[in-house]
Amino acid sequence: MSPAILLLLALGLGLAGWLAARARAWSFRRAAPDVRLASLPSAYGWYVALWIVIPAVLFIVVWGSIAPSLVTQSVLADPAAADLPVFGMQRETILGEARAVATGAAHAVFNPQARPLIEPFREAISRMNMIGIAATLVIAFLGGAWSFTRLRPDFRARTRVERIVMMILLGASLVAILTTLGIFLSLVFETVRFFGMIDPISFLFGTHWGPDPMSSVEAADPSRFGAIPLFWGTIYIGAIIAMIVAIPLGLMSAIYLTQYASPTWRKWLKPALEILAGVPTVVYGYFAALTIAPAIRDMAVSIGISNASSESALAAGLVMGVMIIPFVSSMADDSIAAVPQAMRDGSLAMGATTNETIRRVLVPAALPGIVAGVMLAISRAIGETMIVVMAAGYAANLTGNPLEAMTTVTVQIVAMLTGEASFDHPATLSAFALGFVLFLVTLGLNIVALRVVKRFREAYE
Amino acid sequence: MSEAILPTRTPAFEARIRKRYAAERRFKLAGLLSILFSIAVLAFLLITMASNGISGFKRVELAVEIDFPESGITGDPAVLAQPNAIQSLEAQGLPAVVQFYAAKSLGEEGAEQLNSEAWRDVARSIIADPSILSGKSVMMVPASHRLASAYSGDGQAALQPLAKQLKAEGKLQKNFDMGFLARSDATDPQLVGIWGALKGSMLTMLITLAFAFPVGVLAALYLEEYAPKNRWTDIIEVSINNLAAVPSIIFGLLGLAVFLTVFPSYRSAPLIGGLTLALMTMPVIVIAGRNAIKAVPPSIRDGALALGASPIQVVFHHVLPLALPGILTGTIIGMARALGETAPALMIGMRAFVATPPDGFTSPATLLPVQIFLWSDEIDRGFVERTSAAIIVLLMFLLVMNGLAIYLRNRFEKKW
Repeated sequence: MSPAILLLLALGLGLAGWLAARARAWSFRRAAPDVRLASLPSAYGWYVALWIVIPAVLFIVVWGSIAPSLVTQSVLADPAAADLPVFGMQRETILGEARAVATGAAHAVFNPQARPLIEPFREAISRMNMIGIAATLVIAFLGGAWSFTRLRPDFRARTRVERIVMMILLGASLVAILTTLGIFLSLVFETVRFFGMIDPISFLFGTHWGPDPMSSVEAADPSRFGAIPLFWGTIYIGAIIAMIVAIPLGLMSAIYLTQYASPTWRKWLKPALEILAGVPTVVYGYFAALTIAPAIRDMAVSIGISNASSESALAAGLVMGVMIIPFVSSMADDSIAAVPQAMRDGSLAMGATTNETIRRVLVPAALPGIVAGVMLAISRAIGETMIVVMAAGYAANLTGNPLEAMTTVTVQIVAMLTGEASFDHPATLSAFALGFVLFLVTLGLNIVALRVVKRFREAYE
Repeated sequence: MSEAILPTRTPAFEARIRKRYAAERRFKLAGLLSILFSIAVLAFLLITMASNGISGFKRVELAVEIDFPESGITGDPAVLAQPNAIQSLEAQGLPAVVQFYAAKSLGEEGAEQLNSEAWRDVARSIIADPSILSGKSVMMVPASHRLASAYSGDGQAALQPLAKQLKAEGKLQKNFDMGFLARSDATDPQLVGIWGALKGSMLTMLITLAFAFPVGVLAALYLEEYAPKNRWTDIIEVSINNLAAVPSIIFGLLGLAVFLTVFPSYRSAPLIGGLTLALMTMPVIVIAGRNAIKAVPPSIRDGALALGASPIQVVFHHVLPLALPGILTGTIIGMARALGETAPALMIGMRAFVATPPDGFTSPATLLPVQIFLWSDEIDRGFVERTSAAIIVLLMFLLVMNGLAIYLRNRFEKKW
């Protein structure tokens, strides 16, 4: 809770600085009524407040990230920590228990070795808290004092404040680039480590997937890391079964909503469709696993397929298709709406019926946009996780039978990262390699689709 | 003009046109059916969840009559007001007392099926109302989960007769269980609750909002109002559009590789979960924010500039307040998406068994959707119902948030 208190402290000091600087500006005005201030008094206030709050907040963020490890270090330097196990889980557990008691999260320790460490932890934590508060105060005071001494009647406080605000705005928009870069670099870094253990050819083109998280890290068997069954499962569920459901239903829904439905109906039907898009994927997954998958299995058994499994690609794909319908529908809706009214009027004036107009004129004209929408829908479907985790299963089968269990890239990412393997194990690192492939494919689909949409819009403007 | 004008409506023409009109009707019907199909699936999903979920809010309870004065349990109001009142009642032997009276009112066999945590419920009722100590009262306490499944008609056959007999005597009932909203995760479906997961979700959403909203709004203002047209701006725009479409699980990988490397001691804490979800929500807010800012007419900016406002003042005094309803709508929709997100939380370790509600942003927590996922893995019939009940709670929250967004849109949206 300490960082939150420090943040409140910084904000309080900022408020004090704001009031003091504004009062100072008023006093300038009173002292020399005929000299115009360069800025409004509140601008002076903002100038000092920003100088107090920004350095203090930066310090608190840095401090919050290093303080826990400083606490641990000072506890380890304590003589009571001398007889701890040197490495491994046991050491971490003992330290964790002692920390929990010292912070009040727990009442007692299970491990007798943790007991002598409670007091050092308590001391170290209170010492670090004191240092944190003192340093925050000093930094805020220095920033405030320096900016306060610069206040003069002719000081252009507003320009300064606006320059700082501009920098904050720029910084906020750079977060997006940093995130993209962070995703890219972290995936590349771990993927390179993975390819140091397993060669890329056997990963990308192998047909057997079955990493053994318990095998030794050095002797990983590359023939167990063939990702083709995962890629096939992903494409089969996300790009084939789901799209067979979503494309016709989504397109027909969009056509009905835009061309046929009366405004009243549209007002009710469209939000209903949007609710379908707002249901969390874990709910769809539960629905697929609890209701759809058993129904499909029973149906398969009743038509004579006795070995149908309770987890099937078909169940996951069907539910995923339903989830994607609103997405396809809204993309198709946009594209059809972008076709100029004159084309529609022309076709109708020649005597074509509405459906002839739609099939022969509107849909062909809107086709690039619809195709782009389908690409975005595929990219969303192959990145979808919870439905396939709960309904498609973990078995990596390379098969075309929709009634069998299949696994996908996202399922295996979850399986590898929530499993038992250590962080350096190739099984764990394979999750990042799979994530990297997924990232590149969805990125490619999105970039191509957005470009198509842009060109399509320009064609009719 | 003796030759008659060829009649337009020849039989062949009539037949053709009938065919075309029939095709038109079929097409229209296909459109209507495809929409109704989606709505039917939605309705089926909601009805399935509701029918399972209603009994998830209930639990099987045994009626135990306890004579408190006879039992010797005393409750000093001063002691009962303290936080460790449950421990003091335990020290007075309350568990044994509950067990004794259970044997008296239910028989030995029935008393064995009392939930091991049943005395805690009695203790909580005593703390809530110490006056019950002065007399006899019938307490409803949870049954063991084996008896609970026997009550629902499955589970061990050996317990079925006992369940039937107690049910006939009215001592075994399925009652609404308000504690479901107040307890946390447990291994026994009779004792689980969602408050822990709900609180974890709320703390996480607070962090998400605190980071994603300011950053998203400021980035949207910069891109829409100040950004020069150059390569950097293009790169920012492209990366925001792509981030909005990156699968959520990739953000989980980012959180795992970056945040958990920087803050290893905050594993499965709402702080890390919130930051990860904030990165995911931010692009949504930026895109919604830019649309809202774009909708503010240029005349507002020109008017303010003409009266001598600086570019910053134009934006913060005029454009932002006018665009705020639109931005808020987008923010709420983005937050609703983040609230339902499961995959990134699984990646950063928020899937642990957490039996106490988190008491801060840095203590281990789980999220409501993750709790649903964890319960859905359990085979026990009791957990199936509890999962559906948790889904109902989650859907309620989403409904409220989306309703709020729609209200904001209708109430404050201006057509210029």
